[in-house]
Amino acid sequence: MAEPVLSIRGLRKSFGALTATDDVTLELRRGEIHALIGPNGAGKSTLIKQIVGELRQDAGEIRLRGEEISALPAEARARKGLARSFQVSSLASEYTVLQNVVLAVTGAQGRAFGFLRPALSDPSLTGPARRALARVGLGAREGVRAADLSHGERRSLEVAMALALEPAAFLLDEPMAGMGPEGSARLTELLSGLRSEAPILLVEHDMDAVFALADRITVLVYGAVIATGSVAEIRAHPEVRRAYLGEEE
Amino acid sequence: MIREPVLNALILAALLLVPLGALAMDEPFLITLATKVAIFALAGVGLNIALGLGGMVSFGHAAFFGLGGYATGVLASHALNYDPLMTEPFQIEGTTQMLVHWPVALLLSGLAALAIGALSLRTSGIFFIMITLAFAQMIFYFAISWPAYGGEDGLSIYVRSEFPGLNTLDPIQFFAIAFALLALALGFSSLIARSRFGLALQGARQNEARLRATGIGPYRIRLVAFVISGMITGLAGALFADLNRFVSPAMLSWQTSGEIIVFVILGGVGRLFGPVAGAGLYILLEHNLGGLTEYWKLPFGFLLLAVVLFARGGLIGLLAGEKRDG
Ligand SMILES: Nc1ncnc2c1ncn2[C@@H]1O[C@H](COP(=O)(O)OP(=O)(O)O)[C@@H](O)[C@H]1O
Ligand SMILES: [Mg+2]
Repeated sequence: MAEPVLSIRGLRKSFGALTATDDVTLELRRGEIHALIGPNGAGKSTLIKQIVGELRQDAGEIRLRGEEISALPAEARARKGLARSFQVSSLASEYTVLQNVVLAVTGAQGRAFGFLRPALSDPSLTGPARRALARVGLGAREGVRAADLSHGERRSLEVAMALALEPAAFLLDEPMAGMGPEGSARLTELLSGLRSEAPILLVEHDMDAVFALADRITVLVYGAVIATGSVAEIRAHPEVRRAYLGEEE
Repeated sequence: MIREPVLNALILAALLLVPLGALAMDEPFLITLATKVAIFALAGVGLNIALGLGGMVSFGHAAFFGLGGYATGVLASHALNYDPLMTEPFQIEGTTQMLVHWPVALLLSGLAALAIGALSLRTSGIFFIMITLAFAQMIFYFAISWPAYGGEDGLSIYVRSEFPGLNTLDPIQFFAIAFALLALALGFSSLIARSRFGLALQGARQNEARLRATGIGPYRIRLVAFVISGMITGLAGALFADLNRFVSPAMLSWQTSGEIIVFVILGGVGRLFGPVAGAGLYILLEHNLGGLTEYWKLPFGFLLLAVVLFARGGLIGLLAGEKRDG
């Protein structure tokens, strides 16, 4: 089998007495949407934060295309191809929608040290930015300040900024949370097509979306992986039904 | 409300017309006041890049202002005393040419900003404020205790430095120099604010985690901004030394750092013309209130408090409304 894009082995993280990540091993393969599910507080966000470098793990390794990246700061991991969306929207709120995405394109190009040319009149920045906005359906909103967006629009802008990075892997932390049904449907369709560009590690609470999208699912409970498998396997898994799906139904 | 570009043009026109009017009415003192406004504004334009665009509250910009001043003072005093700066391993003469003073001032303040910024930017918030203050105080005490250049008494520059083709002793011609440099700095600052670099710098202020997530490290961005900021304030210091024909450790004092912050806050943090409006208002108040009472800083303090509490955009925000980008 081909080398996984992202490979996590024996990851551990504690906050004091609380074990938030308990010996997690997980692979993100080419072309897949890998859903990460689990009850609130299971450690899904904490896992994403360690992968992107916002938190440092206590033990274990994180490899991107075979390369160990645990020692790198978040910005270096982003440059190596990890694009994330935040569970709680995290934008430059004084900037317009377009400026936010142009910022992401600037980062993707690795050229932030241009001093004289206005960024917004540089087609090499605005072109990719507008394409990303069109894909998430924010094309008509580019001049609106991020602070003035609706909650759902902010979620979409998060995704547009991840798209603009043209990453090797997407790490999306509840991108649909709080979106209306229309927005969710649109995003589901977008993500489904996106997996061929780069695999997606998707944290999501909406089980309909998860079952519709996921190629594989990993279930996390109290920081530990209790099951990994196909949608059918996870649906049938007794421990999963008891520990997690049971609560939902 | 006035549109901000219109307001900016009006401010610039006023700064130009006051000394021209003063020239016509033969009021050289007014010209000198306008020159002071231009120089303080230039210092503020420098700080505004760090403070306004980058959100770095530097309480140590007097260091750069003073180093710029001493660059002029030291070079000029050696030239005027026919005493070379050094003879070993090769001879360096002093000079009275502004065109040499300025690059030296830029270089000195830039290097100082690089060193101070590299260390201070590892902290943030109140620690950053205190560390920048501490570095500026170190340089202040160094200047006081170094007798070669006047120590506590400061250093006089007997003749104002020269600029090719101009008579710098003529107040209006010296004003023209200060005004031109201010205009250049404003133009540069406006370009920076809209550039990729400016986008990243203001992004770092708004949301550091987001900037990192796009692959841009905030530290280097901030450090470069801090250096540019210090250099512009240093250039203002070089002019200030020539305006007064005198440099002293007072230029390096924490009060000076505070005044530069006040120009920016009064005029509007992060607004292109904030420092110009702020320096203008400051000099106006100092001149008028200061004539009435020695204790003018008390009512002035209340004004400043009112601005901080009720008019976050300063004078520019009051007249032109909230900041709009793009
Ligand atoms: N910075 C932190 N300090 C202490 N505890 C934390 C911190 N971040 C998360 N936790 C705890 O770790 C556990 C996992 O949190 P999280 O990863 O946010 O869960 P999930 O995203 O699966 O809902 C929770 O019990 C949470 O309270
Ligand atoms: Mg979470």
